[in-house]
Amino acid sequence: MTELIAGALIAAGILFYLAGSIGLLRLPDIYCRLHALTKADNLGLGLLVAGLVLLTDDLAVALKLVLIWLLVLAASAAGAHLIAGQARRGEGP
Amino acid sequence: MDGIALILLDALLILVLLGLAWATLESRDPRRGVVLFIAFGLVLALVWARLAAPDVALAEAAIGAGLSGALLLAALRDEPEAGHDPSEPEPATPARRRLPSLTNWALGLLCLGLGLVVTWAFVDALSVADPERLAGQVMARIVESGVSNPVTAVLLNFRGYDTLLELAVLLAALLGILALGPERGGYAPAGPVLAGLAGWLIPGLILTGGYLLWVGAHAPGGAFQAGAILAAAAVIRRLAGDRAAGLPQGLALRALSLAGVAVFLGVGLALLVAGRPFLGFPPTWAGTLILAIESAATLAIGATLALAFVGGRPAAWDSPQQRRALDPTQVRNQP
Repeated sequence: MTELIAGALIAAGILFYLAGSIGLLRLPDIYCRLHALTKADNLGLGLLVAGLVLLTDDLAVALKLVLIWLLVLAASAAGAHLIAGQARRGEGP
Repeated sequence: MDGIALILLDALLILVLLGLAWATLESRDPRRGVVLFIAFGLVLALVWARLAAPDVALAEAAIGAGLSGALLLAALRDEPEAGHDPSEPEPATPARRRLPSLTNWALGLLCLGLGLVVTWAFVDALSVADPERLAGQVMARIVESGVSNPVTAVLLNFRGYDTLLELAVLLAALLGILALGPERGGYAPAGPVLAGLAGWLIPGLILTGGYLLWVGAHAPGGAFQAGAILAAAAVIRRLAGDRAAGLPQGLALRALSLAGVAVFLGVGLALLVAGRPFLGFPPTWAGTLILAIESAATLAIGATLALAFVGGRPAAWDSPQQRRALDPTQVRNQP
């Protein structure tokens, strides 16, 4: 049962990654791409981590996985903010 | 089932690695090339992890992808953007890029020859029946090394000379960087988001560096990885607007940069005086001595890599008195 739920969570996470990647490739400008990438990847990684946490019996591993998710959340949110700020000031690529 | 999945994963990693390498070399825009190079380093770290070499994977991710990427991006920032300057009609890059085809062929043949030699060496090493592998020799004597992580045992004890010389090479590189001239310009003070992120990340990075240093005695980790993490904290500080990258000033900074080589040499010479071979640790003391050397090396590696990112002789290198003494020349040198 646990494995089924974990599998569903991981599959959902992969779907979000897929959507984010398609958004990165298809959306017209940098803001839309950032929107697709950060939102989808953060939620996708969160679902992946939730699925993997269900699969492990080790509390330390589970906490490390959650820590990875939190670090990626902070870094990608700040990174997206910085890139968008640069682009708005016209200094970006 | 697991076997097939792992083979698929490995095949995917190899394809992505080769694709990224090709895309990095082929990219016309240097900025794009650097970003691809960072991605290449991260995939390479995954490959090392799949090869059951977590120490190398950590070093590749921290130094190969992270710090080298930061250095390359900092170099790009100082590069005058020739290609983007509309007033200077530059011929499209291909003219510079297209090597004479003879050179191309020669390079291709050389690469092919090198690849064949490496493949032959690999196959030869695998096909020897019942070989005497290095790993077996290390594991047989590991109790005497003072640590239980074989990588640390080789780097700090069995082949201590190599690591001492590596630290000396780093020091020589630092002297080269200092000789490049004054440091590069700093970054604008960070806005609230970056400052907040730095405030959260830097204590965590310092903690992680200390953990990697300590855990290196019995699990993957060690001075180079820990030093690279400390340097990453310094890079974030500099990006967030602190010109000195959080490094100390004057004598303290010089002592920090020298600490690795100095403590390593000091321990080796002290052992000579005590009647043992140079860097021949007595088994009872080996663990403590290795930790002392690794601690100093971590700080020195962190400071050196941070100074590499600063990219020249920082104002903090000279003590305040020396700066005052040097003041007239500095004023003359800086129009």
